[in-house]
Amino acid sequence: MALLSKKDTNLITDPLADNNPITIQVLGICSALAITAELKASLVMAISVMFVLGAGNVVISLMRNIIPSKIRIIVQLIVVATLVIIVDQVLKAYAYELSKTLAVFVGLIITNCIIMGRFEAFALANGPWRSFLDGIGNSLGYGVILVIVGFFRELLGSGTLFGYPVLGDPITKTGLYATGYENNGFMIIPPAALIVVGIIIWVQRSRNPALVEEN
Amino acid sequence: MALKTDSNVYTVVFAAVMVVVVGSILAFLASALRPNIKENERFEKQQNILYAMGVNENGDDAGSVNFIPTDVVEDEFASYIKEQLVIQGDKITEDNEAYLIDLKKQLANIKKGEPYKLPVFIGEKEGKKFYIIPMYGKGLWDAIWGFIALDDTMTVQGVYFDHKGETPGLGANIKMRYFMDDFEGETILNGTQYAGIAVAKGNNDPLNKTKDDNEVDALAGATITGNGVSAMISETVKLYKPYLETIRVK
Repeated sequence: MALLSKKDTNLITDPLADNNPITIQVLGICSALAITAELKASLVMAISVMFVLGAGNVVISLMRNIIPSKIRIIVQLIVVATLVIIVDQVLKAYAYELSKTLAVFVGLIITNCIIMGRFEAFALANGPWRSFLDGIGNSLGYGVILVIVGFFRELLGSGTLFGYPVLGDPITKTGLYATGYENNGFMIIPPAALIVVGIIIWVQRSRNPALVEEN
Repeated sequence: MALKTDSNVYTVVFAAVMVVVVGSILAFLASALRPNIKENERFEKQQNILYAMGVNENGDDAGSVNFIPTDVVEDEFASYIKEQLVIQGDKITEDNEAYLIDLKKQLANIKKGEPYKLPVFIGEKEGKKFYIIPMYGKGLWDAIWGFIALDDTMTVQGVYFDHKGETPGLGANIKMRYFMDDFEGETILNGTQYAGIAVAKGNNDPLNKTKDDNEVDALAGATITGNGVSAMISETVKLYKPYLETIRVK
């Protein structure tokens, strides 16, 4: 027997394609714009969100029958904030270097609408195991888009990947730059991310017309 | 048994219990981890000060920033930093814990017109003296800070910058080596004026071959963080001018 039932597998695979949090649900756009100028930052953010969303979904799911519906949003917010602060404090005490890298992401994780969105839409109505899978699936879907956007923005904007110059040196004009190629400074700034995300949405919808809404 | 989760009483009780539970978890965690965190921050300060004077484990490839490892930093700090001075007005005293002075508080005291302490660290490496000065300022989103190491001709021997929350990939790049290395060899003097070093856009000298123009090349997409760095350096230099005048070789 497979480790996961078909329904459970779909929880992981759907967000990767036809129910992607960024391109279909349009959640988490803000962080997709803010931190994708570099591939490394995109990857760190994706992993952090995976941790917080997986754990948060489980906590909310366990509490789902006792949370008063009137204040559920506040309760969700407290759960995310607490988880993020716990992680931040533990890292500061035992993995200081890593915590320095992550410091700027902490605020962005708390305000990431994917997290609140999945708590509200899924964890409040489903059991812990399924909520955990949903959290992992959605953060993978989020991460994939982040990495794709980060890849193109870093490559076209700075000519590097993970900080390594892959196109040559733009100042001493070696590699591709010897032919007159220039880095596109526009790719560095956030609007470029919007355009890359737009192109991804375009490609996705033309491959699968069922995703196009009727107007 | 179904809970009446909609009733007002339940809601208020739930909120109160939740606040107490979460509050105690965080309070317990914070006090349990505090000694470790303090220790880490102390090591980091020592690493940063040593980094500015060129005591680090950087390779030649201009890649990432590599500090002295934390387990030896205390001994290295003690052996390289010969004197730690505290400037209080005209009075200069020695204080072996000067590196723990919180510059942010001192700058706030200056604004309020209260007495303040300014730390200076004198390091020595291979017979050469370094005067290392802490800096504190603001970037786009939050605080930026750093250390600048000068010799007695007011030429920069090294810098270290750090930030609390600048944008990854843009302003956060002030702590990248290609940016910090650019400051080496620049002078903070313009004639006899203490001008500082500006992070300049539209610079005619992107390779930074001219070292006496008080300028380094800016980072793409990080104008406000760059301006913050310029302002931080010029303000620090102004603040320490009386002391720097006493050590400058004229």
